[in-house]
Amino acid sequence: MNILVCVKRVPDTESRIRIRHETKSIVEDGLNFVISPYDEYAVEEALKLREAKGGMVRVVSVGKDEAVAVLRKCLAMGADEVFLVKDNSPETYDGLRTARIIARAVERKFAGTDLLLFGKQSVGADNSQVPAMVAELLGLPQATVVTKLEVEGASATALREIEGGMERVVLSLPAVVTAQKGLNEPRYETLKGIMAAKKKDIPVVKLEELGLGPDELASQVEVTGLDVPAQRQAGKILRGDPAETARELVRLLRDEAKVI
Amino acid sequence: MIAVFMETRDGKIKKSSLEALSEAKRRAGEMGVETAAVLVGGAVADLAPAAFGRGAARVFALENPVLADYSSQGYALALAEFVGEAKPAALFFAATAMGRDLAPRVAARLGAGLASDCVKIAVKAGALEFTRPIYAGKAYLSFTLRSTPKLATLRPNTFPLGEAVSGGGEVVRKSVSIPDGAVKGRVVGVIKEDSAEVDVTEADVIVSGGRGLKGPENFALLRDLAAVFPRAAVGASRSAVDSGWIGHQHQVGQTGKTVSPNLYVAVGISGAIQHLAGMSSSKVIVAVNKDAEAPIFKVADYGIVGDLFEVVPRLRDELKKVLAE
Repeated sequence: MNILVCVKRVPDTESRIRIRHETKSIVEDGLNFVISPYDEYAVEEALKLREAKGGMVRVVSVGKDEAVAVLRKCLAMGADEVFLVKDNSPETYDGLRTARIIARAVERKFAGTDLLLFGKQSVGADNSQVPAMVAELLGLPQATVVTKLEVEGASATALREIEGGMERVVLSLPAVVTAQKGLNEPRYETLKGIMAAKKKDIPVVKLEELGLGPDELASQVEVTGLDVPAQRQAGKILRGDPAETARELVRLLRDEAKVI
Repeated sequence: MIAVFMETRDGKIKKSSLEALSEAKRRAGEMGVETAAVLVGGAVADLAPAAFGRGAARVFALENPVLADYSSQGYALALAEFVGEAKPAALFFAATAMGRDLAPRVAARLGAGLASDCVKIAVKAGALEFTRPIYAGKAYLSFTLRSTPKLATLRPNTFPLGEAVSGGGEVVRKSVSIPDGAVKGRVVGVIKEDSAEVDVTEADVIVSGGRGLKGPENFALLRDLAAVFPRAAVGASRSAVDSGWIGHQHQVGQTGKTVSPNLYVAVGISGAIQHLAGMSSSKVIVAVNKDAEAPIFKVADYGIVGDLFEVVPRLRDELKKVLAE
């Protein structure tokens, strides 16, 4: 089966986010960028499916040249081919724009894909929009936030997380599936894989090749503000006898914070 | 009109949908437009009273036997058709598992932008301005949408429920036509976790544990503490989850869930930056940790420096006593 995994380059989760107020954007200097953690589960699932069923794993990222680093990681993990769809625009926070680019790329460049895998959200924009939008644009069924996936012939069964339980979803392929933590344990790259990935040329798809109109590439999102939340102030610290501190805490929660 | 999709589970409208409806009602009031609720399913018009009870002026029931079970494709088709006919200025969803699955499909079908997981909505110069956390709450983005209708999902447990009102309104039943083969994926079953458990995103109180618990068996202490409250959930730090002590659905933080309960009790959690991002919007934060230097104390409203194994059981007993009063 032919699998296409879509990945995004994001700041790692230990990053402190600073704002450049003039441009209402994130300060990228000094940030350590990685593949979005959920995308790693998607890549791993694709590799496992290929091991079980044969076929090909291709990985695509929409972004600037720097995204090549996360694509090399995917090669080192074992992807057969990777592609950069080069998009120089700064973060728009508009899922529809990215979804249109990916959907068109699938139609023009990755026809014959049986399964499109994504992370359940990018760790950053946190939109959780692109995969379901791509599914709709391509007329495909979807299962999002999936912790278990089984493929049998032309159909897939997925367990997706819902509040207080799981939903079992049956999909006919081709389909879109998004990976949640728990789906698998992503493998480490091998040294051999890393060395081989370094040498590979990474094909670049230009945005113009996809034939999207200016309307389709315009962002629907008009940013009016970007801020870091006010720092919480450290509060009252209680020390001493466990029974006494517990009693005092409960009193404070009731009489001062009024939450109980 | 601001329309709000009403999610139903077990034949009832979800509380988070009623929260979204309440917020729609407040903003629609400022804009001088009406509020409508939209039910989708096999036969759902009977559920209209719950929506009228939170201020919907009209309730639309979009029905087709195929929609008896949730499918993102079928529901998106029904809602897009509704938007085409009723032309609402905005369509809100609760940012639940279903809302987050469905809203982007509706948006793509309509060629419209979507504001995901909003925590604040304002009317500025007649236009809706949305605010949402990015980087799991390390920053907040405010924006307007250029496309119409304005589509948004609203974070559960964030927007207050409006006052219950009496009286009904008009129910508009619409039969949705779904072409053969339009729905290629569907839900075939639901597996419920222990029904006593509330999801961390829906809980009023979260009691979370980290490495300080020393092992999976000690989460029992936290379950005991959580059981004292009516709508409490057990959360966990990433390291506790990655150690296999508790399922990942309990994880709070940047690769887990972002939560904002009334009360967040962090037990044996040092407070890594990715964890703080996920819980800093809690209304009141309590930390119990033996390390007085732990970063968690910098964000906690109340902290106990002490041995959690001694403190937590006493805290439970004391809370039990006070809550019973």
